[in-house]
Amino acid sequence: MEEGLLHAVQGFMYPNEVELQWSILIVLYPFTTGLVAGAFILASLERVFNVAAVKPTYRLALLSALAFLLVAPLPLQLHLGHPERSFEMYLTPHTSSAMAMFGFIYLWYLMAVLVLEIWLDYRKDMVLLARSETGWKKTLYRVLTLGVDNISEESLRIDDKLGRFITIVGIPSAFLLHGYVGFIFGSIKANPWWSTPVMPIVFLFSAIVSGIALVLLMYMLVSFLKGIPIDMPCVDTIARYLMYAFLIDFSLEMLDLIHRIYEADESFKSLDFMVHTRLYTSQILVQIIFGTIVPISMLAFIQVVKLSEAARKGIYVLAGMLTLMGIFAMRWNVVIGGQLFSKSFLGYTTYKMAFATKEGLLPAILLMLLPFGILWVLVKLLPPFDVEKAAV
Amino acid sequence: MSSDRRDFLLTAGKLLVLTAPAAAYLEAMETGKAVEPAYKTAEHYWGMIVDVEKCIGCGNCVRACKTENDVPLEPYFFRTWVERYHVAGAAEHPDVDSPDGGFNGFPEKYAAGDGAKSFFVPKLCNQCAHSPCTQVCPVGATFESPDGAVLVDKTYCLGCRYCVQACPYGCRFIDPRTKTVDKCNLCYHRITKGLTTACCESCPTGARQLVDLKDPKDPVHEFLRTHKIQVLKPQLATGAKVFYNGLDGSVR
Repeated sequence: MEEGLLHAVQGFMYPNEVELQWSILIVLYPFTTGLVAGAFILASLERVFNVAAVKPTYRLALLSALAFLLVAPLPLQLHLGHPERSFEMYLTPHTSSAMAMFGFIYLWYLMAVLVLEIWLDYRKDMVLLARSETGWKKTLYRVLTLGVDNISEESLRIDDKLGRFITIVGIPSAFLLHGYVGFIFGSIKANPWWSTPVMPIVFLFSAIVSGIALVLLMYMLVSFLKGIPIDMPCVDTIARYLMYAFLIDFSLEMLDLIHRIYEADESFKSLDFMVHTRLYTSQILVQIIFGTIVPISMLAFIQVVKLSEAARKGIYVLAGMLTLMGIFAMRWNVVIGGQLFSKSFLGYTTYKMAFATKEGLLPAILLMLLPFGILWVLVKLLPPFDVEKAAV
Repeated sequence: MSSDRRDFLLTAGKLLVLTAPAAAYLEAMETGKAVEPAYKTAEHYWGMIVDVEKCIGCGNCVRACKTENDVPLEPYFFRTWVERYHVAGAAEHPDVDSPDGGFNGFPEKYAAGDGAKSFFVPKLCNQCAHSPCTQVCPVGATFESPDGAVLVDKTYCLGCRYCVQACPYGCRFIDPRTKTVDKCNLCYHRITKGLTTACCESCPTGARQLVDLKDPKDPVHEFLRTHKIQVLKPQLATGAKVFYNGLDGSVR
């Protein structure tokens, strides 16, 4: 018999466990979905809770959410043994499967919440653009308006009312979207690393954290590229929300950790060994220290000490990037970490990431760049800042 | 004339209504021929007895299974495998190995009279009555048959691997040739013709026995009554139907 993968095994694993099932592509899936949910929740702050300070990021947050939501299912498709059968999840769903039900939540969120909200918010702009543009652009904007070209005061008022209603529906939907991703892992009783009732809520708060960090960075980047001055009250407010969300997220994760250490059930020794060896770098260093404690401290420092604009901007960029790195590490540690130990609790393996294969690092990098490409097109097509000036 | 959201919804609604007769037409075109099967799933309820005290670790079952079911030969794809336990001290720290899943038997490793206990544990899909694997399948490609066997429809499986994650016993793997999930199905092609499984057939000591819990004449009832029986990981309440006799507390 061929040896192959067996070299990575230390101790005893059930033979079928030697092959790792879920790769880096499955890490991308909760990461991108989390960015979507977080960006939307930030956008809804302005709309529902009337936090005027974050208004400059409202449209950008929605477009970012859409760009990442469109990409979210792609790593899953690429991972499937039979992607051509994936639509069966919609035609013949198995109702007890968290994965099948997630398909519907995804579709609901994409079509009934995000696309509809963007459409309502941009309808006036699209009608105006359809009137002012020529050629294929004119046709495109006309198609995007779905032929609904009434932009009377009364009609726009209805758009706004509907949009507000959809945002209100959208907030629980966004909670559901990412809470549900947590449930996909948290409900697997066979895997003690995953199986915990706090998993959905940890996923949710880490999603909010990553989404806010993303919008903060994207706003600063787009402003920089377009030469628009950064609205400091806006980024200060967003950074403050980032810190609050991060504190809740970190507390929940520590609660889970302390609970595991104190209870120390049959799986504890095995998981503890894993965290101290194979997951030490990605869990302790990258996720907890540099991806959580450092950015929280930086954001807290700004609350206490008044710094110059330039210094604050620098800290926001750094803290935002560390945050995204930390949340990515968290997804990694859940998905990959959950497969590095044997369900017999007697052995461990390692994950060897390939590069230019179907589930290697290269497709993962391309898939992470893709939303930025989509966002670039979306921003060109549906300008989030200065559409009024351009259209009139 | 300017168009409103209402106009769009009306047009879209009309188009949607047209899909109903189309669906009815497609359904009418489907022809179903029901064949009365000789084997009736409702008359059986399959399980297995594994007598740990009888297993000699010869690996016959592993070889027979791989041959009968065309299981890939790599040492990390098994429908059934055998583990060797060596418990010297506390039951929490057994030494366990399963070289090639027991395919070639077990090379001598422990000296006789070393003060420890040593035994073999054959493993296979537990055909759980409340199986965590079928629960998570997004399309129902794996399911519990009324006769108690947990089966996989390979023409329907997406290859998402969620069920592999959900099985607490490590009984599932993805067949690299079909890219769909595979696992023990109790030699379903054999048992539905009145035969026993390949592993039971080839076991020289009778350590493995296919049982039909719905057959009142099956000796399983007597066996379950007169022996101390255990299933694997009972705390997970999977409703496992592979019953172990003489199972040590150290076995995972």
